[in-house]
Amino acid sequence: MLEIKCPFCGKRSQNEFAYGGDATVKRPALGQEVSTKDWDDFVYFRDNPRGKHSELWHHISGCRQWFKVSRDTATHEIFKTVRLEEEL
Amino acid sequence: MSQSYRTKNINSFLNKSKIINFKFNGESYLGYEGDTLASALIANGIHLVGRSFKYHRPRGFLGVGVEEPNAMVQLHEGDRSEPNIIATEVELVEGLIANSQNCWPSVKFDIGEVNNLLNRFFPAGFYYKTFMWPKSFWMKIYEPIIRRAAGMGVASLTPDPDRYEHNYEHCDVLVVGSGPSGLASALAAANNGAKVILAEDKAHFGGSLLTDEVMINNRPGTEWAEETIKHLKSLPNVILKNRSQVFGYYDHNMTVMFERVSDHIENPSKYAPRQRLHYIRAGEVIISTGSIERPLSFGNNDRPGIFLASAANEYMKIYETLVGKNPIIFTNNDTAYLSAIEFKKNNISPLVLDIRDSSSGDLVKEAQSLGIEVRFSSGVANTKGHLKVNKATIGKLNSSKDSFIDLEEINCDCICMSGGWTPTVHLSSQSGNKLKFDKNIDAFVPDKKKQKETTVGSANGSFTLKQSLEEGFQAGFDLSNLITLKNIKTEVPVSKESKTETHEKIWCMPLPDGENPKRFIDFQNDVAVSDVELAVREGFKSIEHIKRYTTLGMAGDQGKTSNLNGLQQVSNIQKKIVPEVGHTTFRPPYTPVTIGTIVGREVGNHFQPTRKTPTHKWHEENNAVYTNAGLWLRPRYYPRGNESMFEAVNREALNVRKNVGICDVTSLGKIDIKGPDSAELLNRVYTNAWMKLPIGKARYGVMLREDGMVFDDGTTTRLSENHFHMTTTTAQAANVLAHLEYYLQVVWPELKVNVVSSTEQFSGAAVAGPKSRDLMKKLFPNIDFSTENFPFMGVKDAEIVGVKAKIYRISFSGELAYEVNVDSNYGLFMWSEIIKAGEEFGIQPYGTEALATLRIEMGHVSGPELDGRAVPYDIGLHGMVSQKKDFIGKRSLEKLAYNDPERQTLVGLVPVDKKTKIPEGSHLVEDDKVKLPNPKLGHVSSSCWSVEYNNPFSIAVLKDGKNKIGKKLFAVAPLKNISILVEVVPPHYVDPKGERVRA
Repeated sequence: MLEIKCPFCGKRSQNEFAYGGDATVKRPALGQEVSTKDWDDFVYFRDNPRGKHSELWHHISGCRQWFKVSRDTATHEIFKTVRLEEEL
Repeated sequence: MSQSYRTKNINSFLNKSKIINFKFNGESYLGYEGDTLASALIANGIHLVGRSFKYHRPRGFLGVGVEEPNAMVQLHEGDRSEPNIIATEVELVEGLIANSQNCWPSVKFDIGEVNNLLNRFFPAGFYYKTFMWPKSFWMKIYEPIIRRAAGMGVASLTPDPDRYEHNYEHCDVLVVGSGPSGLASALAAANNGAKVILAEDKAHFGGSLLTDEVMINNRPGTEWAEETIKHLKSLPNVILKNRSQVFGYYDHNMTVMFERVSDHIENPSKYAPRQRLHYIRAGEVIISTGSIERPLSFGNNDRPGIFLASAANEYMKIYETLVGKNPIIFTNNDTAYLSAIEFKKNNISPLVLDIRDSSSGDLVKEAQSLGIEVRFSSGVANTKGHLKVNKATIGKLNSSKDSFIDLEEINCDCICMSGGWTPTVHLSSQSGNKLKFDKNIDAFVPDKKKQKETTVGSANGSFTLKQSLEEGFQAGFDLSNLITLKNIKTEVPVSKESKTETHEKIWCMPLPDGENPKRFIDFQNDVAVSDVELAVREGFKSIEHIKRYTTLGMAGDQGKTSNLNGLQQVSNIQKKIVPEVGHTTFRPPYTPVTIGTIVGREVGNHFQPTRKTPTHKWHEENNAVYTNAGLWLRPRYYPRGNESMFEAVNREALNVRKNVGICDVTSLGKIDIKGPDSAELLNRVYTNAWMKLPIGKARYGVMLREDGMVFDDGTTTRLSENHFHMTTTTAQAANVLAHLEYYLQVVWPELKVNVVSSTEQFSGAAVAGPKSRDLMKKLFPNIDFSTENFPFMGVKDAEIVGVKAKIYRISFSGELAYEVNVDSNYGLFMWSEIIKAGEEFGIQPYGTEALATLRIEMGHVSGPELDGRAVPYDIGLHGMVSQKKDFIGKRSLEKLAYNDPERQTLVGLVPVDKKTKIPEGSHLVEDDKVKLPNPKLGHVSSSCWSVEYNNPFSIAVLKDGKNKIGKKLFAVAPLKNISILVEVVPPHYVDPKGERVRA
């Protein structure tokens, strides 16, 4: 069970959090023309790196804030956690 | 033969004033407080405990603790019966009942032993090779037979009567194992101000200090241990836990510990759990788990009476029990001489066979000076004795030690073997540490750490007391100092121990000429030298493959005694050194853990929270039968007298159609939405338009996921310019809130909106039926309920006998209906007031079944249709999709497949015979007689008995449904052998124009 430092609440066990996927994905702006490829990339296609990964987590049983985590997918080491507006 | 195998020496661990009665295989025996089941049985001369896994060979005890691979018993009887319990880990308690397992009709005469005679037919990979064909035999013949023959004990089929607990702990330093290095680590860390947990699997702290003859600060090691434990107990920053096994090491220094709280107590407190699981998040973990003695492989080395030498020593020293009176000690190193000396102290003269050509270690010299016969360059070739060893074939080895020069048969009643020591690296390996091979000790030790763990003492390959203490004190200080920064060092005590000489690198004896007895490596899994040879011969190269093919080192045992001997054997055959062979991965749990402990208190009603609505008491009093809706308990129907469910549901539904009904809708998800951009948010998450929704009006909305699939639906009301009240389905309430938070925080942080769940703030009742308006007028005399003033989708503030309420004119039943919401505290009051006032209109409560009937008749979609696989068109919601604005998931709806002219859509179904109910989940096909696979045109999502037309009615998702109205199809449910001829009709079966809701 990971120990994740919520940028608002501090270190808590993983069972308070929900995983929210790749943090680098940008949703196309509303009303914008989007090619089928770009849209499919956004909806379906994700990189699955072995190693450092920027991801979103939701402190769902805590402050309910979404935040960013830099984590190693192989070792589970967490390098950094930051608020959404901060850079990882 | 009562306890005739007790030693003359007395120690402090057994309480002989407390005699304990216990039963094994139906016979009564006596033991003492402080005994384990194993030591008490051995003291009574009982060595035959069970039968082995594969060959059903008679087996006894090999070890004295967690390393025991053989002596598994069925413990207790009835609902407390537990299989596969290691007898060496069971503390004796009054009235204990244990039985042998994996044998029939008895452990002494076991029919399964025929497997042993046929062992040439049961080599490694037997199952893989034998049961491959004919393929059709697998399910009906092979699998049932194998299942009956496999496994060991039998689990109880009744619920476990005991209570188990979970506990969460945090500490600076967790020390696992209380031998010399563990005590040293704990002491150093505790003195330096760290919060320490010291865990010990056994009943007594002290580890090897309790059995080794060593001096610390010029006093016996046991005294230093006792004093240190006393000191640690006095410190407020130390938690000492005996009978506690740390069995798992997970990410971010999360370890898991299993504590046996009450098993050893005759009359445990009813407030204490039986066992407890501790989740310990430790700043640093010090692994001082010690080492386990390696067995030696020789012919029939698995007979009852053949022990590890250290186990024999511990049985004598801790349990005052003799494993035999005519022992052979068989070793490749010095440590086994400790057991020889201990036998001698009990006036028993062992014969020592030492594989080495010589040794001048202190213990060897001491043994020889005591007159113990020591034969060097010698070994055991084979043993005899069906149910217990009674003879050994021993002899001198040639100079290359690959054959015997001469052999003789001698009598013995036990053989105590030692192949040196294997560091217990399981936890370190579990933490991610890649192990390295230490040539000096011929074993793996921890290498580079991946987590905050440090291994000390013999678990680290440091086999001398001096090294163990030094490493322990060092690690305890260094690691605690990283956390406390107090710099308080504890002095390392002076120690004195015997000097030992090195071992001989031989663990497997040659076969005697012309004989081929099994030489076992893994006792628990019945893997012998010949099985490993076979696996290599058949081309298995990787140790991981050899492990799986032969089952070496698997299951509950996790290779505690077998791992290195197996690797050594492979390396001998492949002519490689052990590190080139590598090692297999150690997996948690290190020792078996009861399922009860893992589950803890999460059983029965505590499995998950139960959410009850404020009206629950009324439902109870009115005979409600409940259904689970997520965590909520919702009334399913309210039977009267002898009514069946079918009758009750029809009565309730019909009463809504004719008079008026009331339904508890509190469980619907509610979300309070506030902020200047609230309407904009709704406009983006719902498929329809929201910007112009007037204050005091509700609107139905559909949400999609980004992939275009329908996510949820519900009504949302504009309470004021910047304040909305959203409702969601009961099932998706939590997910919708997380969805909104995601978009507000991650995607569109510029929107000024706040969302918060208000589900539990309001209690809701739906009042539905043609007479609902009359009832509402009576309840709220000050409100004008005319359609002009209070139309469908209107919302009004009101008061019910002084209690603030909100009335929403919304309908799920398709009838004229209102939903009244009040503060949760007044939920029951409101409900009772409505029931009271509704009496004259024939009001009846209706449950989720009648609710389903009403909405299915009206073709309203719900959970079974919103299954995450439907775009709006598929379930008739395409009218809800705005063409003008963009919203979540809109772009996905442009996909070709979703615009196929023959795309599936929602239809209604009526059986042609107007009688046969159509099972939900049935498939729709053109012809029910064609050869399989029959092309599927759609599926039945929801079914009911239409109370309006008095015949079955279903809604379904059907390919090209819009052009199939009036067609006849078959609804088939092959597993139930059902095929029903059905007619496709529009999904809105009752009131297709929707006149009633707007009445």
